[in-house]
Amino acid sequence: MATRLEAPTEGPRDVEGDVLLEGVTRRFGDVVALDGVSLRAARHEVVAVVGPSGSGKSTLLELVCGLQAPDAGRVVAGRAVLMPQRDLLLPWLDALDNAALPLRLAREAKAPARARAHELLAQLGLVGFERSRTWELSGGMRQRVAVARTLLSGAPILCLDEPFGALDAITRADAQGWLAGVLAREPRTVLLVTHDVEEAVLLADRVVVLSPRPGRVVADLPVALPRPRSATDPAVTALRARALASLRSAMEGGA
Amino acid sequence: MLAGLLVLLLLGGWEAYARLGGIDAFILPAPTQVAQALWDDRGLLWDNLLVTGQEMVLGLALALVAGALLAIALHAFRPLRRAIYPLLVGTQAIPIVTIAPLLAAWFGYGLLPKLVIVALVCFFPIVVTTLDGLASIDPEQHKLLRTLGASRAQTFRWVEAPAALPAALSGAKIAVAVGGIAAVFAEYAGSENGLGHLLLQSIPQLETARAWAAVVVLAALAVFCFSLLALAERHLAPWAHRPKDLDA
Repeated sequence: MATRLEAPTEGPRDVEGDVLLEGVTRRFGDVVALDGVSLRAARHEVVAVVGPSGSGKSTLLELVCGLQAPDAGRVVAGRAVLMPQRDLLLPWLDALDNAALPLRLAREAKAPARARAHELLAQLGLVGFERSRTWELSGGMRQRVAVARTLLSGAPILCLDEPFGALDAITRADAQGWLAGVLAREPRTVLLVTHDVEEAVLLADRVVVLSPRPGRVVADLPVALPRPRSATDPAVTALRARALASLRSAMEGGA
Repeated sequence: MLAGLLVLLLLGGWEAYARLGGIDAFILPAPTQVAQALWDDRGLLWDNLLVTGQEMVLGLALALVAGALLAIALHAFRPLRRAIYPLLVGTQAIPIVTIAPLLAAWFGYGLLPKLVIVALVCFFPIVVTTLDGLASIDPEQHKLLRTLGASRAQTFRWVEAPAALPAALSGAKIAVAVGGIAAVFAEYAGSENGLGHLLLQSIPQLETARAWAAVVVLAALAVFCFSLLALAERHLAPWAHRPKDLDA
């Protein structure tokens, strides 16, 4: 991929932990990925972005992370770290060192970096697997290590791109549970891109629905439900139905 | 099992042909005669093996260091890569056999010209595979590292270098195959010892069995160097032998 990437520290960034997109448009040649998208996430707010494939969801996250620059509009965000769908763990490091990678990149010494990673892995239920090689871990465990790595970056904003998309249904429900738990203990501003509307309603404070390409915001649904949430809770299923309905009408309208 | 049987059949056929076909031993010695030469000349073969072995191992080490350094330089500077890669391919067309005597004239009869020749021949596959290893990083991985604030040097230290390590060792394994031939040519060009020198002497002396024995020892040396590299790979890069997964 030959995209020109900007250093994540560039651009007008002010309030740490706040994300603001104003009329953001992003084109790739003749293809308009995002068209006038405005979106706001307050500090420690979890905003889910749902939309059909090709609605520019990943582009949106890369804009927030400073990996791309908008063609029009404005992106204001503090330091944001990306967590892609594939865990991208490094096979030459064990689970502990993979989680500790951001600390080592921030030039923290080996021992304290490992100690902090150990503590977080323990919270995520990975006691006894710290020294495991990445290929010895199950998909769900690998994703936990990836989440630990993301959290240890210390960035106030987390951009999660389909974090559980590759997991089976049971492991995924489990993963949603511990992610909610971690965010309750260590709140961050989170942009969660997903195509799973139920996941969005379970985890987010707000669900933003994007239309098919070119991506526009077609709905912004608040999820004012107490946590922890259950997928079978009638309020959850009702909201899920609303989000699905706006997604469906967006797809018909955009076709 | 089948392989062993095949080798036995081949050796048996050779033995029968050499013994019963009325062929002079200096044209085609029987396997048992080669084995006899291996035993009788063991002292001579061992002394020469040490010489050639030293040339091979040091030459390979030199090629690994030089090859890896050049690959890193080419990877770091794109324009350099475009400029130098074609030249590098060009060097592989130089007939080492003919320039070997020149090198002997420049560097003398000692170890140095042999190291240069072995390294020259071995270094190309190492550069190519190392360069591929350095460039094999998933673009997503690069994005992730950028958001984690990794510098160019950190990306190299934590991601690119470990990814290139097994690739460089694979290149060295390929290089072993040609390294033996290079060592022999280097000794042909000017030497007082070594397996190549022994070969060169044995044939006009009609000591064909001894020449064959030298070839067997040379082959064993290549297998030894190859195994050494495989062992190094297993220890230094155990992830390269993991059950396949699609990430990283």
